[in-house]
Amino acid sequence: MNKKNKINVKKISVYGMITALAVVLSWLEAQIPPFFPVPGMKIGLTNIIVIIALYKMGSGSAMAVNVLRIVLVSFLFGGPSALLYSLSGGMLSTLVMILLKKTGRLKEISVSIAGGIFHNVGQILIAVLVMNTTSILWYLAVLWFTGAASGALIGLLGYMLVKRLPDRLFG
Amino acid sequence: MKKERIAFSKFKYDILLLGVLLAAGTFIFLFALFNGQGGTYVRVKVDGKITAEYSLKENRTVTLNGKNGINVLVIENGEAYISEADCPDKLCVRQGKINMNGQSVICLPHKTVIEITGEKQSDKSDIDIIVN
Repeated sequence: MNKKNKINVKKISVYGMITALAVVLSWLEAQIPPFFPVPGMKIGLTNIIVIIALYKMGSGSAMAVNVLRIVLVSFLFGGPSALLYSLSGGMLSTLVMILLKKTGRLKEISVSIAGGIFHNVGQILIAVLVMNTTSILWYLAVLWFTGAASGALIGLLGYMLVKRLPDRLFG
Repeated sequence: MKKERIAFSKFKYDILLLGVLLAAGTFIFLFALFNGQGGTYVRVKVDGKITAEYSLKENRTVTLNGKNGINVLVIENGEAYISEADCPDKLCVRQGKINMNGQSVICLPHKTVIEITGEKQSDKSDIDIIVN
């Protein structure tokens, strides 16, 4: 009984800390002015947290932390339309990363690259539905490659952190 | 030599995945490229509904009333662009000029889309057209 409680307390603290970190990184990223005139082109700093959660805490935790982060950030800084775009992109990319990680044959960087690409694919799918236009194909072509590039960068950072962070931190 | 082979086989599935992703990306890019030729009309959509269509051949300047603000659309020498907008990020202005079929300028805050098309929607159906 006592032991179970202890585990739960630790779990709650770790989830809270990780989610808070993700929210802070989201905020930090929002402060970076857009370099290129393409909406949706981002570094995706929060994906570092998702990768850490995925590899240290498991699939369910990664999804939970990302969804929580998106909802919190949307209420704090964004609007309802931002929530829709972020949710579709975030959930699709997390799902793809979970599935790829489950194959057990891929490196963190490859998983992250696929995640970066599918984050953009998810956002564009929603844009197609919301805007009722298919002429967005140009963006998909551009964002496919920028997503891969930022995914590679974040994957490398995530891999380094996953390797260095001790497992006992996460219970 | 042997060491290199071991290293390569460790990344076999990664290389496979990245190859597939690269091929898919290239396919999308080429598809977008070959679908985009000879645009003749500028179509304006607000919140998914077509609100206006203009010929790309005639020069004009129009103020578009979007969902939460305005965008100034300029059609000039067969090209269309947004010259001014009252949105905070001005991404639509920075997206530049478009002239090919399927290209578009999108203003997310105003839910406004400017796209180049080959034919007028109004020729095909009886959608209400509001011209400012």
